[in-house]
Amino acid sequence: MYLDSDNRPPITPQLAFRVAVMGAFALIVFAIIFFRLWYLQILSGDKYLADANNNRVREIKVQAPRGLILDRDGRVLVDNRVGLAVKVRPDEIPEPGPERTRLYERLAKTLAMKPADVRERVESQLKAQPFVSATVKQDVEFPAVSYLAEHARDFPGVEPEAVFLREYPHREIGAHLFGTVGEVTKEQLEDSRYRGVSLGDRVGQSGVEYSYDRFLRGENGKKRVQVNALGVKTRDLRETESRQGRNLRLGIDLDVQRVGQEALGSSRGAFVVMNAQTGEVVALGSSPSFDPNIFAKIIRARDFKRLSSEENGKPLFNRATQAGYPTGSTFKLVTSVAALEGGLITPDTPLFDGGSLTVGGVTFKNAGDVAHGSVALREALTVSSDVFYYRLGLAANNKGKGLLIQDWAHRLGLGRLTGIDLPAEGQGLIPTPEWRNELYEKDLTDRPWSVGDNINLAIGQGDLSVTPLQLAVAYATVANGGYSVRPHLGRRIEDPEGRVLQEFDAPNRRKVDIDPAYRDAIMDGLVGAANSPGGTSTAVFQGFNIPVAGKTGTAEKGLGREDQSWYAAITYPNDPQYVVVATDEAGGFGAERAAPMVRQIIAALYDAKDDGPPTVSSVTD
Amino acid sequence: MAAAQSAFGTAVKGFREESAARIVRIDVLLLIAALGLIACSIYTLGTATEDDVEGSPHYYVLRQSIYGGVGLALMLLVARFDYSRLRELKLGLYGVAIASIGLVFLLGAAARGSRRWIELPFFRFQPSELGKVLLILALSAFLIDRIRRLQDRETTSRVMLLALIPAIMVVAQPDLGSGLVYLAIVAAILFVAGTPWTHFAALGGIAAAAATLVLVAAPAVGVTVLKDYQVDRLTAFINPSDDPQEEGYQLNQSITAIGSGQKTGRGPDEATQTKLDFLPEHHTDFVFAVVGEEFGFAGAAIVLSLFALLIWRALRIMTMSKNLYGSLIAGGICAMLMFQVFVNVGMTVGIMPITGVPLPLMSYGGSSVLVTFLAVGLLQSIHVQARETAAAKGRELII
Repeated sequence: MYLDSDNRPPITPQLAFRVAVMGAFALIVFAIIFFRLWYLQILSGDKYLADANNNRVREIKVQAPRGLILDRDGRVLVDNRVGLAVKVRPDEIPEPGPERTRLYERLAKTLAMKPADVRERVESQLKAQPFVSATVKQDVEFPAVSYLAEHARDFPGVEPEAVFLREYPHREIGAHLFGTVGEVTKEQLEDSRYRGVSLGDRVGQSGVEYSYDRFLRGENGKKRVQVNALGVKTRDLRETESRQGRNLRLGIDLDVQRVGQEALGSSRGAFVVMNAQTGEVVALGSSPSFDPNIFAKIIRARDFKRLSSEENGKPLFNRATQAGYPTGSTFKLVTSVAALEGGLITPDTPLFDGGSLTVGGVTFKNAGDVAHGSVALREALTVSSDVFYYRLGLAANNKGKGLLIQDWAHRLGLGRLTGIDLPAEGQGLIPTPEWRNELYEKDLTDRPWSVGDNINLAIGQGDLSVTPLQLAVAYATVANGGYSVRPHLGRRIEDPEGRVLQEFDAPNRRKVDIDPAYRDAIMDGLVGAANSPGGTSTAVFQGFNIPVAGKTGTAEKGLGREDQSWYAAITYPNDPQYVVVATDEAGGFGAERAAPMVRQIIAALYDAKDDGPPTVSSVTD
Repeated sequence: MAAAQSAFGTAVKGFREESAARIVRIDVLLLIAALGLIACSIYTLGTATEDDVEGSPHYYVLRQSIYGGVGLALMLLVARFDYSRLRELKLGLYGVAIASIGLVFLLGAAARGSRRWIELPFFRFQPSELGKVLLILALSAFLIDRIRRLQDRETTSRVMLLALIPAIMVVAQPDLGSGLVYLAIVAAILFVAGTPWTHFAALGGIAAAAATLVLVAAPAVGVTVLKDYQVDRLTAFINPSDDPQEEGYQLNQSITAIGSGQKTGRGPDEATQTKLDFLPEHHTDFVFAVVGEEFGFAGAAIVLSLFALLIWRALRIMTMSKNLYGSLIAGGICAMLMFQVFVNVGMTVGIMPITGVPLPLMSYGGSSVLVTFLAVGLLQSIHVQARETAAAKGRELII
């Protein structure tokens, strides 16, 4: 068709057709590209613009300082301090390999850690959050930080960062109340309690730090920076300030707390000071105590072991709320209420105390083998006649289902959680026939329930297990005329300037019906015990000008072990103000150890100048 | 003396007139399209690459401007020559193409690594780019020689073979993009010449079989023809989020860049995809995404319109040519431009695989810019020759 000569008519229909085909093809492809651009830029432009911004903007968390914890007078119990943490940046740390291993080794040496620990800590954090710096060590000493800065070239990606750490200026005083702050766990993140908390945040893990975490934790700020494709910062963008957590004001009185702690000294024991009407806790302590500052950093396993070990007395254990003990004669309060309300006796029914009571071939004796003769309730409490209460225990065991004392113990708040605003509270135990027989069936004990168990229970011995706080609640309930209070530490939430944001009303009290006449009789007995001649703690409170009613207790711990000393007191018994309970696991008679402690505490509570009791002669329980 | 002077003067004047006439006879719209594109390129590079080379914010702009200037001169120079003379040089042209591509292999082997360019004192010369134009000229010439035997399968297969040799060589460099451009060129030249559709059908069948062999069968028996990354690139666009770290990453970033430009663009200062290096290769293969991000749909439409103008003029020149050789060359160049535009832009918007084809006149790169100007120069030459022939024959061109 065409000539080889290359001379041809300007255009042939065939060529025109082929050009048209190519043109049509081009037109179609241009159309496709235009539609695609239309779709990307006009229809989906917003989405891609958001994507592009996501690409470039990195949010860096700015830790919010937690709120302070203050005592009732505004003294700082838990403070914040700025510490230096050593972190590694994921974008600058060497790739995994020998170089990274060497970095870990150098870091370990500088920070006095094990290389394996450094690796484990860093790698696990980087795995969880690949773009966030991983903390190697919290609260590093300044010389180590300056060494790192001077040798920056040997430590690629390593940088110090200021972090807020908790500080406890009063160290052992109140250590058991505050609890610890630690990184939020995966399980916690799923809990609605922790809404707004994100991975890596530190939240209260125990104590009031846990209970009031919602108020204390504050809001983290966000520093937004623009980064390039390599993750290197190119520009600072707008910043959201962090908001410090709210301050928590407790009902705790630092002075009373300190006196209580010092009174316990190195003994193993606990004390509770509580408002008898509202349940507000003014002081609550356990001994041995510990310095919570150790938890501000990442605690070493060795230290944790030391603080939890039995031979050191488990300093972390809060004996006031977690330890269950037999309470000795302080339990007679409960037996008294039960016997009166159960109709076993009237306030004036005399029972004969001949020094001992023999039931089923077993003889139950008075402490010190004294015989009080014929006594009614008031005197029985005052002199702490055991035989009087043995008889009540016996009678109670034979009445109805035999659970009269147990039921009243439960009603008064023993063997059940008090509901205090501290986590991990101990429940305690009120022994019942059902409980013991069940254990016996499972071969967990040597004998089934017998009347002797109930007789022992009547004077707070045997299998009874009560926390000092529960005992305080029981005394408050009787003293205030039948309102079972719920102990609480938190008073109100304040902003950093001290303005009140939220008051915590005293929690609802549970009404327990106690005949006022019975209540008065019991109070008379308790007043007598601390004031009348022959009262078990009269000697201890001699010359004390604050009206006190109180009951001693001496719990036998078995052969070869010192008796546990107890004292439960009520100040201003006519219009009860405070309940004070103290115990020393190896303090001997109640009047020997616990009662003098209570005197010291009450003196501090009322800011009274007090030189303590005159030399105490022989005491019995 | 006076007559001589006058005769000499006339001769000079005639030459000048002839020369001026030739320049006047170039396709002005084609020139505008080419100049517009290189201007867009320089402007875009100027905004996008000021932070790319530390200490010299104008590194790419300066070089691209020089390439553009040299290219423009080259185009005007080529426009003055009669392309028809190149037909006789077909063996030489083909030889130069094969030899220069082969030289890359030798030098690459010497450097113990693969590469696509020859290091020259002033710039990196990429023979596969020049190969595009040389192949157009040579293959068109070969086909003209056998134009009477176009129906023979032998003709088609010979021309195909001639194209396949350099194509396979550049794919092995590895430069898959240029190899595909060669195939587009030869297909277009065969089509414009009038090769029967049955031949195309057969070629299509063979291509499908070959693709199956290369992508599916050969890897299955352990023979790798394409390198892993080339296969990844070819398949990444189908599902970019499969592998957001590598090929899919580039694609996602490119789409994000273009999409975020919206109607009128984010402007050079706010174009974070480009400025913060999220968009890889933003001065070369992904320059269109930069246009999309910085200047939006409007900017992209302007660039595409300039390409449409370029292609329209090339198609028009095919129909004007004084001889079939010119039509075939124009057809080859047209196919070369179309293929590169569609594949490159298609890649940046996520509807074509990533093949590493530069966007003509827009992507930074001396070889690509110069060769594209050379091609445009050839189109101009065809245009000038057509106009001159028409003038000589005393008739107007129909179009």
